[in-house]
Amino acid sequence: MSMGMSKIVKTVSSVVFPFIVIYGLYIIAHGHLTPGGGFQGGAVVASGCAMLLVAHGSIWTIGKIREKQLSILESTGAVAFILLALLGLVFGTVFFKNFLVGNKFLFGEIPGYLSRVANFNTGGVLPLMNFAVGLKVIAGLFAIVLVMAYATSTFKKGEMEDGKR
Amino acid sequence: MIYNIPYLAVAALILVGLYGVVFKRNLIKMVIGVTLIESGVNLFLITLGYRKGSTAPIYTSSPGGLMSLPVPQALTLTSIVIGVAVLALMLSFVVYIYRHYKTLDARKIGGEDE
Amino acid sequence: MFFDNLPALAVAVPLFGAFLTPLVSKIGDRARNVFVILVMGLTTTVVFLLVNDVFTNGIQTYVFGGSYQPGETVIRIFFEVDGLSAFMAIIAVVLPLVAVIYSWGFMKKETGLDKYYTLILLMTTGMIGLVLTGDMFNFFVFLEITSISSAALVAFWVNKGKAVDAGFKYIVISSIGALFVLFAIALLYGQYDALNMAVLANSIQYTFLDKMALVLLLVALAMKAGIVPMHMWLPDAYGCAPSSVTLVLIGATQASLYGVFRVVFTLYGRELTTAVNQVSLNVLLSVFIVALALATIVVGVLMALKQSNLKRMIAFAAVAEIGYMILAVGAALSTITVDSNTGVTMLTESGEMALKGGLFHIINDALDIGLLFLVAGAIYYATRETSVNKLGGLARNMKYTTVFFLIGLLAVSGMPPMNGFASKLLIYESTYQINPILAVIAILCSILLLAVFVKVFHSVFLGPKLSVFKDTKEVPKSMLLAMGIIAIVIVFFGIFPELVVNNIVQPAADALTDMLKNGLYVKAVLGVI
Repeated sequence: MSMGMSKIVKTVSSVVFPFIVIYGLYIIAHGHLTPGGGFQGGAVVASGCAMLLVAHGSIWTIGKIREKQLSILESTGAVAFILLALLGLVFGTVFFKNFLVGNKFLFGEIPGYLSRVANFNTGGVLPLMNFAVGLKVIAGLFAIVLVMAYATSTFKKGEMEDGKR
Repeated sequence: MIYNIPYLAVAALILVGLYGVVFKRNLIKMVIGVTLIESGVNLFLITLGYRKGSTAPIYTSSPGGLMSLPVPQALTLTSIVIGVAVLALMLSFVVYIYRHYKTLDARKIGGEDE
Repeated sequence: MFFDNLPALAVAVPLFGAFLTPLVSKIGDRARNVFVILVMGLTTTVVFLLVNDVFTNGIQTYVFGGSYQPGETVIRIFFEVDGLSAFMAIIAVVLPLVAVIYSWGFMKKETGLDKYYTLILLMTTGMIGLVLTGDMFNFFVFLEITSISSAALVAFWVNKGKAVDAGFKYIVISSIGALFVLFAIALLYGQYDALNMAVLANSIQYTFLDKMALVLLLVALAMKAGIVPMHMWLPDAYGCAPSSVTLVLIGATQASLYGVFRVVFTLYGRELTTAVNQVSLNVLLSVFIVALALATIVVGVLMALKQSNLKRMIAFAAVAEIGYMILAVGAALSTITVDSNTGVTMLTESGEMALKGGLFHIINDALDIGLLFLVAGAIYYATRETSVNKLGGLARNMKYTTVFFLIGLLAVSGMPPMNGFASKLLIYESTYQINPILAVIAILCSILLLAVFVKVFHSVFLGPKLSVFKDTKEVPKSMLLAMGIIAIVIVFFGIFPELVVNNIVQPAADALTDMLKNGLYVKAVLGVI
């Protein structure tokens, strides 16, 4: 695993990777309208990253992105989420108040009682929170996979066989 | 009867999971047992929220007929997210345990004095 | 704006701080330490303001992201803070505050400290949320936050195989426990369509499924609280974690104990006097809890006697101390009676006293056992040795630590004038009136506990100066400060027990019996009883 797989696998995974990322981002962005959201979309993107990791090997990946950078990204996502919740306290009245509902510009439209999927431009702070959670989940899950892959790749070959007992 | 099958599956999953945790000595199998229990509980929550013929709760109002309550689904989702965190933590512990003791047998670890 | 949102801020501040910590630690180690202490200080301030508010104005409710009038149905995150929650919140915030002060010196030479502090703050969030929440599902979520972060902290010294093993044991036990809790929540939700504790308490019927849920909740929370026979993880986790973490872990264990109380007294409070097959639920639970409590005390003390590792010894003493709390509460449960003329449900006087003693002992145990663990950590820091047999003559090198250990020793074995005496006296007196045998066993085990720690004191601190330890120095000032804070509080509580019982413990005891008398907990949510 540490050395990566064949050239075919590497190429195909590189081709497919953007599509997976786009799909994951779509799920994150539409989290307030359809099933899905920050965690689900983030998990999709993170699994795309994990595919690259499997194809290219952990040593190549750790050269591209460090676990520390991922943990900063993760913290940023979490901080953004709680900041949004605290902004509800500042602009509204209570913690987690959806203070963007009713404005003209950003996700402020009120959908009304329609029996269809609402417009994209609704939901108030929910889409923003979804993006924050998505960022945290992408970084967090990928960091977990990366660290585990790196940890197991540093075993010697004989040790891995012992583990099958 | 047909509506009870999910509940039977819940019971089976939880019992198999408990068996794995209690009787298996391989740490990875214990982890699998915990995740099986978790799947059982999640299935139970989801089954509680099921109403026959109801609409998915993604519209702002129902197009007619029942619309299932999203609360059990939200609970399940939260539980899955927590489950991922627990699974990751348990597996990383297993990695460290294997590094230290060179075995995954629960009987052979943790016996030494400091 | 600030004062209306105290319940939310009590959780939001440490959570925000937790995720800012990795970013702040880029600036420098000192900046990070100061930042964490500031965040904890702010959290403590918020919690104390909230506690003051609750003790003066009664139950506080808070709905996240919306407004709410009593009687409305809300499906939102819901906090309800009564006297018991406020009482536990004090413990849940003071222990981590002391722990971060202690960590400044204790963890100085370690790496990966940004994650360590993040996890401590997350754990604080979990504990505070656990005791403040008024919603069963939130309860589960905070339980899991607490157990995940504390398991990671137990295994902080990953190069020690035993620590990782303890962490693995802890996470397996606590995740299974939490899943049982979730299953019980699902059982209740399926029947009553509600997750709110007050709504559930109002509508609970004690059906077969309710009995199942009660058993699952009690078993899972007792497992997490370390009650015998489900205590096996506790000595390992307490013994292997860094001492500062152990201090916070005590808080986490007691938060689970709070869960037991909340389930028995609030959730099933209405049904406590319901008779099934001529035996009412309170008697049934009381027999069950008292039996477990006696087992916990006896096993804890006897196992503490034969340990040679100092931290494991204190951990078994902690198990025994948990036994005292549930002994008192279990005994109090048995005294609940319904007056046949007026129909009023009440506890006898000794029952009320037992309840107060048990609750007072919760805060005392956190302080006493916490102090002993901090001293054990200080000894480890100075000598890198944990075995009692290899230590000796430390009193000459570590004067202050010796004094702190002496205070902890006297407090934990219930000697005057320490706080342990005050609460244990309440427990002895009240349980003697309920059943003399309970009091006798409790006193005997307390004496054995004294014997255990006097032996430790003698072999670790007294005796000739060993040549191995001739260069041993007193520990850094931050660690002494942390131990000093706890020691001062212990002595203060011991000298003025009345003050503490009347101002802090009494509201908590009233909150416990509230469902039997007034039902204010339900009234605050539903508007009517």
